[in-house]
Amino acid sequence: MVDFSVWDIFRNLLLAARWTVVLSLIAFIGGGLVGLALLVARLTKSPWADRLVGGYVQLFQGTPLLMQLFLAYFGIALFGIKTSAWVAASVALTLYTSAFLTEIWRGCVAAIPRGQWEAAQSLALSFTEQLRYVVLPQATRIAIPPTVGFLVQVIKGTALASVIGFIELTKAGTMITNATFKPFVVYSCVALLYFALCFPISLYAKTLERKMR
Amino acid sequence: MNPIVDITALRKSYGTNEVLKGIDLKVAPGEVIAIIGKSGSGKSTLLRCINGLEEFQDGALSVDGKKLLYDNPTAMRELRQRVGMIFQSFNLFPHLTVGKNIMLAPSLVKKTDAAKADAQARKLLQRVGLAEKFDATPDQLSGGQQQRVAIARALAMEPAVLLCDEITSALDPELVGEVLRVVETLAEEGMTLLMVTHEMNFARKVADRVIFMHQGRVHEMGPPEELFGNPQTPELKQFLSSLH
Repeated sequence: MVDFSVWDIFRNLLLAARWTVVLSLIAFIGGGLVGLALLVARLTKSPWADRLVGGYVQLFQGTPLLMQLFLAYFGIALFGIKTSAWVAASVALTLYTSAFLTEIWRGCVAAIPRGQWEAAQSLALSFTEQLRYVVLPQATRIAIPPTVGFLVQVIKGTALASVIGFIELTKAGTMITNATFKPFVVYSCVALLYFALCFPISLYAKTLERKMR
Repeated sequence: MNPIVDITALRKSYGTNEVLKGIDLKVAPGEVIAIIGKSGSGKSTLLRCINGLEEFQDGALSVDGKKLLYDNPTAMRELRQRVGMIFQSFNLFPHLTVGKNIMLAPSLVKKTDAAKADAQARKLLQRVGLAEKFDATPDQLSGGQQQRVAIARALAMEPAVLLCDEITSALDPELVGEVLRVVETLAEEGMTLLMVTHEMNFARKVADRVIFMHQGRVHEMGPPEELFGNPQTPELKQFLSSLH
């Protein structure tokens, strides 16, 4: 039997952690773009856009991410499209992230006093201009701390992608455990790596929050 | 002379609660109108209807010959370029400097180039006595200064009509004068003004016509000396006596 040193274990986990980072980035950038589009759709005050986005948010906030991953993985295949763990995980995490971000950001926009919209309106700015030059710059400042905080949730959420066979940090941990029979050592290293990714971000979010005050 | 603001049979309700019950008002260019009345009489709502911040259900309204059409963004944009508004709570954009607050709308809506907008903003700031505040941010200013910047910001769009919605109500008493002086100068220069106000002395001094609103209607209207000196209706008499 081959003997694995702790460094062997750690090195292999570190390599797999790359994919956790990449998947998090995809989820965050994709989710951010979709979330922004949904936010704008909702702000146009068209009643059906509001209801549709509201339902979308409820759907993704009211079901476990694990189910969403399963459904994306098996659901896309149902339509006869050949799918991979990569695609399914990216799609599911993007949708999940977009639902949460659009709701977080909606709260931030709602925090901007109505007078700001009215002042912009009475200066003859169009809806897009009101949003782009008056409301969003102010909302962004409020949005940074909760958004960065949610990024941490997304990073930890990528662990669930392991169930559909996506090899990221958690999946790699399971595989290494199966080869080494050292679950405590391996999962300690996995936890440590997640902490190393998330802690600096949490810390940064706290700093930002303090700065905002 | 054609009226610059023309309101005919205007009705507005929130749900089943009718707040404006048929308003007819014609404002001549250069006229200064003070709207007075109890809170809830519909005076602010009327003002906000004129630039489309409130939607009315019935009647017609036009400014400078341009009809108010809610579902036509181009028409709304045209109309709002003719109507400036100043709010009780100033509503300056806190993320922009004073100069940028003033330049934003002209550069976006009128496509004024940067140098011209800059020069115009400085000139307007000088006019409201705040020339040295160009690079300040709104939170560095007193309430009275903020309101004067808001006036400069509205003037930058070169409106034909200026709406003032209780613009001194949020100010400390010692700051009211500086804002009213600016408004008075505007009136002297021939700007058409419609102002909702609680400053009766100011209304008496500056207004050409005073409108007393009561329960969603124009209850009494006339030159200030007549309205204040010889009120005809018991409601106005009561309102005026309640102020002392």
